[in-house]
Order: sequence, then structure tokens, then C-alpha cells
Amino acid sequence: MAKPMHPTPNLDQLESGPWPSFVTGLKRLAKDKDYVVDVLGHLEHSYQTRKGYWKGGTVGVRGYGGGVIPRFTEIKDASGNPVFKDAAEFHTIRIMPPPGMHYDTDTLRKFCDIWETHGSGLIAFHGQSGDIMFQGCTTENVQKAWDEINQMGFDMGGAGPAVRTSMSCVGAARCEQSCYDEAQAHQKVINTFLDDIHRPALPYKFKFKFSGCGNDCMNAIQRADMAVIGTWRDNMKTDDAMGKAWFAKHGMNELVNDVIGMCPTRALQIKDVKDVSKEAHISTVALNDAQCLEIDNKDCVRCMHCINVMTGAMGPGKDKGATILIGGKSHLKIGATMGTVVVPFMSLKKDEDYDQLTELAQTCIDFFAENALEHERTGEMIERIGLVNFLEGIGLDIDANMVNSPRMNPYVRTDGWDEEVAKINAKKAAA
Amino acid sequence: MNQPQLRKPVEHFLDNKKYLHPKLVANYGNWKYHDRPRPGVLHHVSNTGDQVWSVRAGTQRQMDVFTIRKLCDIADQFAEGRVRFTIRSNIEYMVSDEAKVAPLIAELEKNGFPVGGTGNSVSMVAHTQGWLHCDIPGTDASGVVKAMMDELYEEFKTEEMPNRVRLSTSCCEINCGGQADIAVIIQHTKPPKINHDLVANVCERPTVVARCPVAAIRPALVNGKPSLEVDEKKCICCGACYPPCPPMQINDAEHSKLAIWVGGKNSNARSKPTFHKLVASGLPNNAPRWPEVNAVVKKILMAYKADARPWERMADWIDRIGWPRFFEKADLPFTKYMIDDWRGSRYNLNASAHVRF
Repeated sequence: MAKPMHPTPNLDQLESGPWPSFVTGLKRLAKDKDYVVDVLGHLEHSYQTRKGYWKGGTVGVRGYGGGVIPRFTEIKDASGNPVFKDAAEFHTIRIMPPPGMHYDTDTLRKFCDIWETHGSGLIAFHGQSGDIMFQGCTTENVQKAWDEINQMGFDMGGAGPAVRTSMSCVGAARCEQSCYDEAQAHQKVINTFLDDIHRPALPYKFKFKFSGCGNDCMNAIQRADMAVIGTWRDNMKTDDAMGKAWFAKHGMNELVNDVIGMCPTRALQIKDVKDVSKEAHISTVALNDAQCLEIDNKDCVRCMHCINVMTGAMGPGKDKGATILIGGKSHLKIGATMGTVVVPFMSLKKDEDYDQLTELAQTCIDFFAENALEHERTGEMIERIGLVNFLEGIGLDIDANMVNSPRMNPYVRTDGWDEEVAKINAKKAAA
Repeated sequence: MNQPQLRKPVEHFLDNKKYLHPKLVANYGNWKYHDRPRPGVLHHVSNTGDQVWSVRAGTQRQMDVFTIRKLCDIADQFAEGRVRFTIRSNIEYMVSDEAKVAPLIAELEKNGFPVGGTGNSVSMVAHTQGWLHCDIPGTDASGVVKAMMDELYEEFKTEEMPNRVRLSTSCCEINCGGQADIAVIIQHTKPPKINHDLVANVCERPTVVARCPVAAIRPALVNGKPSLEVDEKKCICCGACYPPCPPMQINDAEHSKLAIWVGGKNSNARSKPTFHKLVASGLPNNAPRWPEVNAVVKKILMAYKADARPWERMADWIDRIGWPRFFEKADLPFTKYMIDDWRGSRYNLNASAHVRF
């Protein structure tokens, strides 16, 4: 039995209502732990005064320079002693989740046992970068908890100016829209940068995210410095039987309004079977015996909409891989930036293809380490130096897929024009 | 003296094969299609004819060990001891026998875990740490989310929205919660209050000066001590100076307000990905249940639900009806603060005679 609870009139109001309550969970932990009694008191104080009261510091584990988020209370009495003394330290340990965030119950139960022994008993699945967050631990117990978690085969996540923990979607494990082996890419890339994750020495954070298709379930384009988003470059795969079944169930209105009308590049048309184009970049899916949906794969931008609506009737093709985008980040300091295309298509089929991906990642990180200013993300660096300088720095060829449109102003020196054209022509001739 | 033997960490990022459900191992990379037999359930069929049902349930994300063990008990009973989590902290159980789906749902709901969050539902809010653990939070996270999901419970459990709805909350303008169809984010309205006695000892002053997006901070000598001062006319109250310099307190019980942003979308489906846009601000940080914020979120959601066409995300809907009609339908004032004046802002102005009446 733990010590008596502090009154928590604000938090008590978060126990009513149908959604699972974290307050109820904390109270259950507080029955056995003085630590959590004081965590609740600390949080209630924030609710009453509408302020946060944790400050950072330096806490770590042997051999690593990051991954523990230290928190020390700032709620002190007149003589400088913590008011909630059992919760004076409330550190978090960030642990990298397996690709796709799959677990067996044996692992989860072991996590619970370790954290019940050494920590608060509160675990978040997962933080916004993807970490399993073991929340609430004293400085003394951080190493003990870490030793046991690490011995299970799990490794520390990133914090500070480092390569950060990554996430990959459920992907090939359970999704027909997967365009590469997300888990393999995730694991290979992260294992290449363990030193940069565990010993923060970059200008600022660098995040990778792996989504298997343009639906981008991992939110790679907005959050990742390097986003790997699955795509394909041959014709879409189609299935006539499933197309007919879809059409029989949903009808012409839904086909026109929800599928054809919403294609962003007008790549879809209804055709009589006898009128279908015979060109190689055309594919079709049957609607009934007389009509079909004709797909001009040259116009398709792999947005995934029609595939989402008519799952099974259409799908990614066979020549699969990923589009790689660089520079996604949130607001501070220059405003939010999306990742933008630097590799329109990288084939990801054979093991060597994945080595090529890790090599590109390594080149990007090296360039970032050497050229970014302190606290500057990759997207900000590219805004400062221009995409062309970045591409030349990492040795990638330019491609018209990298822009929405060519430039709209004349403020550029073009006295290297003839040499550039000659280079492009030479490359074309060599290809 | 005996030195304790120090353990060398095992530096290795593990693969996930041993954690996958057996059906997912057997059909890895070989799935054909999926459908949704009911809200909260995905049914995947592989090219070999194998089938797996995934049942998705909401959690509180910050979970106590008793909750996690209960979720494990359910997995052992119904799902061959395997689970996975979605990016929005929902748990998924993979089931190889259709007959187990209904009893699994019943067991989850009996234990207080709502089944839903699939397809065109309102899924769980992506959120941050807040007062529970963050060092710079303007508000709480888990509490805001609990209050919001209580209100949106039925929308989580049903699939009655035009398309999927993704929500996020963030306790400061760094926006860790991320882009979303509807995002709730702290918006400070007053410049930081500086404790000049502490700055010299706590803050690396050039770093703080460099952090300001509008160059409003400069070194100064205050009461004979080296400190920093803020040009309050230039200050945009973003709070970027607060993390590197805690004596520059930006959080304020009254003046740290909540703002609401709409139309963020990371998917490439139909339109290109978009960032969310400011549509409401000045809402009070009214713990423990933030009723004013929830009222606006619900108003926007209900306008979207009533008016958007099937498959239109929030951004697609607004793109069709235009911003004047969005503000009319959501019953929100369009204020001067919504007209962008940050870099590149002229691209956000209407450079055409395209006007809806």
C-alpha cells in the first residue's frame, strides 16, 4: 500500500466519459507506488495553475549520449525542497519499436515487469517519433531498467541533435498496397546510423520514415528529413473479376463521382471494351462484359485514390520501389516544409537495392553534418543553399519530377547553359 | 577495490519477424486485397486465399502496466499472442479465424477499449506529452485528448464521415502532434517574461538570439547583469526562445490560448499533401476538459460531415467549397490574423478573379 493520495479534483474529472482514461491508470499504479501518488499530485498542480513544472538536465546510461529524457521537478517549497518529493525525478527512456510496431505478448509483459520494478509503471505506445516511451524513472533506476530492456534485444532511441528513432508502416506484412519491404529498409537504415542515434553530434535532428505507398501512413512527407515512400513505375495491376464485382455493388454513380471524377490527373476513362487503346502504357479493368475502366499509366501519378476505393480491382504494378523526398519538418524556425523529391524512383527489389538506399542516406547525413548550421534541419539548409547545390553536393542528377514548375523569375546566371545542355545530351547518348 | 563489471550495451536495431502474427509471416508481401466487414475490422486476403481479420481498438496511449497486461490477456486468448500498434496509438489484433472476431470485439468493449478507428471514422488523436512530462508545455496532452475522444466516441466507433478524419493536439507551437485534418495547438499571445537574474547562468545567449525567427532578441545588460531583451513590437510570441532559455517564460495561464487549424493531409491520394491552416484562435486553456475547444472542433466536424462528398478529406472539401463558405458553414469568423504575412505568403493570396458567391 502506498501513502494517501493528494486531492486531484481536476484529474478526477478525466475519469468520467467512455474513452479509456490515463488518470484511472495512474491511480491504479498509485495504489502501490508513492512515486505515482506524487506524479498525480504534480500533474494536478499543473491543471490548477495551468503551467508545466518539469525541467531538463543530464541523465544517461553508460556508453550512450542520448535517449533518456531527464525531468526534475520545479515545484519547490520556500526552502527549495521538492513539494512532491517522491516524484522529484521523472525521466523517460526512449526505446526503438520493431518495424511496423508489432509485438508478442511475452515481450510486452516483460516490459511491464521491468517498468513496474524500476519505473512508474506507465508506458506510452508510442511517442510522435515512434519511440516506446518508458515514462517516469529516477536517476538511480535508469541504468537498471535500461540494462534489462537492452538485454531483451531492444535498443535506445534518439534524442537531441542526432539521427532519431524511425517508423515504418504495417506494409508488406499485411497490406496489398505495399511497394517495398518497409521493415527491411527501416532496419537496414537504422542499423547504419546507430552511432549517430546514440551519440548526438549532428547540427540538429535527422528523421527517416518509411511508408509503403503514397497514402503515407507514417506521415513521412511532413515529418521526415528523408522520406521513403513506395511507388511503382510500370502499369497498374488490375483484376477484372474484382472490377466487375465492385461495379455490380457500387454502380455507375459511384464510379463516376468517387473514382473517375477524383483522379487528380484525369488518367481514367470509361471505355467500351472494343474501343480500348492498344498502347503499352494503357491498362484496363473490366466493369461488365461491355465496358471497362481505361487507365493511362503515363498520366497516373500513383496517388493511390482509385486503388483505395476499388481495393483489389486495381493495385500497384510489379516494378516497385520508392520515391525519396528530403527536407520535411515542422514550423521552427522558417515555417513548416514538406519533403521534396530528390529521387523519383529507386528500385527496391533485391538486397543490393536496399544497400543503395543506405548509401544515399549516408551521403545525405554526411552532407548535412558538414553543411547545416547549428539547429538547422535539412529542409532549412536546402532553403538556404538551394536544391541544386544540395543535389550537386550529394551527387544526384536533376529531374523535372523535382519541381512543380520551372522558375518564374529571371534572377539567375545562365552563362553555363551550353555546358549543361552538352552534359545532359552526353548522358542521354550514353544511356 | 573491486570495480563492478560494466555491461556493454548491445547496439543493434532488431527486426520484426519474431513479433509478426503467423498469418502475416506466411503471406508477407503477398496480399491481394482488403475490405472492412464492419467499423473497426479490416479483412485482408492474400494471393494464396489466406485470410486475416484485424480488430482495431482505441487506447489511452499512456498506459499503466495493468492495462497493457489486460490487452495481452486478450491477445493470448484470441490473437495467438500477437498485437501491433498504429501510428495513432490504436492497438490491432490479428485473428486467423472469422469466428473469433465477434467474441474478441465483445471482450475489448467489455474491458473499456472502443473498437473502431478504421476507414472513414474519426481516429484517435495524435498527441504529445504536455504537463505530464514535457519541459516546455503550454497545456496538457493526454487530458485534452481524453476530453476530445469522450466527445467523439461515437465517431470513432462508426464510419460515417465522408473520409477518414485525423486529429492532433500540440502543447506548443513546435507542433509535435503534427499536421492533421483538425489540429489543436497552443498559440501564445504575449511575449516571454524574462527573469533577468537567471539568464546569464542558464542560457547560451548567442544560441537564443539565433533561435528567434524574427530577430527580435538581442543581448542586453539589465541591472548590471548580462541578459537578453525582446523587441516586443517585433515578437510573434512563438516561444522558440523558451526551450534554449527557460528564464524566458512564454507559458501563461491566461494568455497562452488554443488555436485550431484545418486541412492538413499527408496522404497523396487525390490532391498533393497539404499543411493545415489557421481557422480559429483565442480559445481559453480551460483544463480539465477544454469545453470551448471541443465545441469548435465538433462544429467543424459536423459541418464537414454534413456537406463533404464521399472520399473528400477536409482539405478536398474546402478546396471545392472555398474558404468563405467554409467559414460560413463552420460558423467561425475570418479574421485578419488568418491572412499570411510570413515568407512566401503572397502565394497564399487569391491572384485571380475566381470568387465564389
